[in-house]
Amino acid sequence: MREITYLEAIREAMSQEMRQNEDIFILGEDIGVYGGAFGVTRGMIEEFGPERVRNTPISESAIAGAAVGAALTGMRPIIELQFSDFITIAMDQIVNQAAKLRYMNGGKGKVPLVLRTPSGSGTGAAAQHSQSLEAWLVHIPGLRVIQPSNAYDAKGLLKAAMDDDNPVIFYEHKLLYKTKGDVPEESYSIPIGKADVKRKGKDVTIVATAMMVHKALEAAEELAKEGIDVEVVDPRTLVPLDEETIIQSVKKTGRLIVAHEAVKRGGFGGEIVSVIAESEAFDYLDAPIKRLGGLPVPIPYNPHLEKATVPQVADIIEAVKETVHF
Amino acid sequence: MLKTIKVPSHITEEKLVSLYKEMWLIRYFDEKVDQFFAKGMIHGTTHLCVGQEPSAAGAIAALKDIDKITSTHRGHGHCISKGANVNGMMAELFGRVDGYCKGKGGSIHIADLEKGNLGANGIVGGGIPIAVGAALTSKMKKEGYVVLCFFGDGASNEGSFHESLNLASIWDLPVVFICENNQYGMSGSVKEMTRVENIADRAVSYGMPGKVVDGLDAIEIMNTVYDAVERARQGHGPTLIEAKTYRWKGHSKSDAKKYRTREEEEEWRKKDGIKRFRDLLIEEGIFTEEKAKQLQEEAKQEVEDAVKFAENSPQPSIESLLEDVYA
Ligand SMILES: Cc1ncc(C[n+]2csc(CCOP(=O)(O)OP(=O)(O)O)c2C)c(N)n1
Ligand SMILES: [Mg+2]
Repeated sequence: MREITYLEAIREAMSQEMRQNEDIFILGEDIGVYGGAFGVTRGMIEEFGPERVRNTPISESAIAGAAVGAALTGMRPIIELQFSDFITIAMDQIVNQAAKLRYMNGGKGKVPLVLRTPSGSGTGAAAQHSQSLEAWLVHIPGLRVIQPSNAYDAKGLLKAAMDDDNPVIFYEHKLLYKTKGDVPEESYSIPIGKADVKRKGKDVTIVATAMMVHKALEAAEELAKEGIDVEVVDPRTLVPLDEETIIQSVKKTGRLIVAHEAVKRGGFGGEIVSVIAESEAFDYLDAPIKRLGGLPVPIPYNPHLEKATVPQVADIIEAVKETVHF
Repeated sequence: MLKTIKVPSHITEEKLVSLYKEMWLIRYFDEKVDQFFAKGMIHGTTHLCVGQEPSAAGAIAALKDIDKITSTHRGHGHCISKGANVNGMMAELFGRVDGYCKGKGGSIHIADLEKGNLGANGIVGGGIPIAVGAALTSKMKKEGYVVLCFFGDGASNEGSFHESLNLASIWDLPVVFICENNQYGMSGSVKEMTRVENIADRAVSYGMPGKVVDGLDAIEIMNTVYDAVERARQGHGPTLIEAKTYRWKGHSKSDAKKYRTREEEEEWRKKDGIKRFRDLLIEEGIFTEEKAKQLQEEAKQEVEDAVKFAENSPQPSIESLLEDVYA
């Protein structure tokens, strides 16, 4: 199969849908001739024109709100929010408006919008451009939250997000943009709410998201040399969460580690652990669960400090060993 | 006695001479950062203010030491003009312990609270309400200082700009808003992103004076800011000043500058504000061409020394990671 990057997969998903559906358009900062801060929309304004690739002023609140209003009245907008940190400025429109409109209206109206945004650390962009705030959005009923970890998933999940009639927050990871993977040329959809077992194993389950999927897989390779067989589960969508796949995995391995880049305190890992604690898998646990997450500090600029802030492969290996040898 | 120009009374000839050197210090600093960035010796991202030196240096020259500023992501010039030490700035860009933020902030987060620089900002428009709050302190505690709030043309489309100007106006706060209109917010040209001719025209909506100045004319900027600052200090409230300028370099690291032409860039480069200031000082008989050259060389050397300082400064310890989260 053809290999393309995560970034190209996202662009391809948008372009293919936009060719099919006139109601889909994209709005955001510098998405025109600049091609977006990370190059995701490069070439799109040339193909679709400035009416459908709408370069906006630096006005996140109005961008988000305009998308909500357009969605409510028949369009299907895609917002490109330049860095996920800026969701703070768009938050009122996303949380108090988009997420709740249908419910507040007694089931009338819908808000089919996708908010795509890059998150994560590792680029030296420091405290206001490196956060992983997905847990905030997960907490809000009415939103769907997706976090693809590879090019194949990104394309299929973005198609599903564009087809969905609800506001969808689509987290892209900056460090994944240039990673390559096999991606079909034709359009396809991955169901929202279906986890993917990225590696089968029998000794311990690692539930990891975004960048951490790759670190967990790397750790698994190392651990395999020592005879430890790791299963890596990627939820892919945080809301809705495929609890069943995680529960089945833990029942099989009897051991669970959760790894994400977001600050551990209040992070999504706590939710996964709770799902297990409340399920029949709890009885199957042979060791305490471990959570790996970011340290409770803003992301620092210095590259050594930045790296030390989020879990690395070595941390995952150590956690697995402790769990297995408990 | 100056022949052709008028300057605020506290501005001496020596001050004008040092201002000239300061502008070169800003330019050489950012040129150096650009080189190191290209070589991968500075990581992350950085926004350079080459070409915009007069609006930083000229505006801040109008202030008293007690006055404060808020800056932006394009803030190296503001920082230097407000009295920061280039050693500490360069060390910060290198991520070292002797940097202004102990290596934790980097280019877009340099602050120098002792000198009254409340900080650069990674959030466009993020500093504008903060300036309003700092002016509120001055008013409530009768501290007598004024806050000079820098931001870009792009930032003037954020809600924070509009909310802040209104608030500062109704409370008659001692703050002066200075928009450095360098014609673009990243790739968005000001012509496409606003429908007013001047950002300063927006002042009308908030009931404050709006002034447009040539952002390459350090003297005009200094005088205009001085008048606005003294008006604010006397309790008559804020002013919105717009300095028309141009950034010579790309927005940040990887900018192919597809949204503007090389001809346009050339036009603006010809209007170099530093050269213009030099010619003025020579004409005024304040210094000679040789003296000007010497000052320029000194500025260059200071930047070289800053690089040495930064290179010799240690990396922060991993333990320091957990420090300074809470007061
Ligand atoms: C809230 C927010 N939105 C977007 C960005 C990304 N960004 C950084 S600088 C910039 C352009 C700012 O333009 P302007 O205010 O004119 O300042 P200039 O860069 O021209 O100095 C953009 C879009 C950001 N840092 N913060
Ligand atoms: Mg600008």
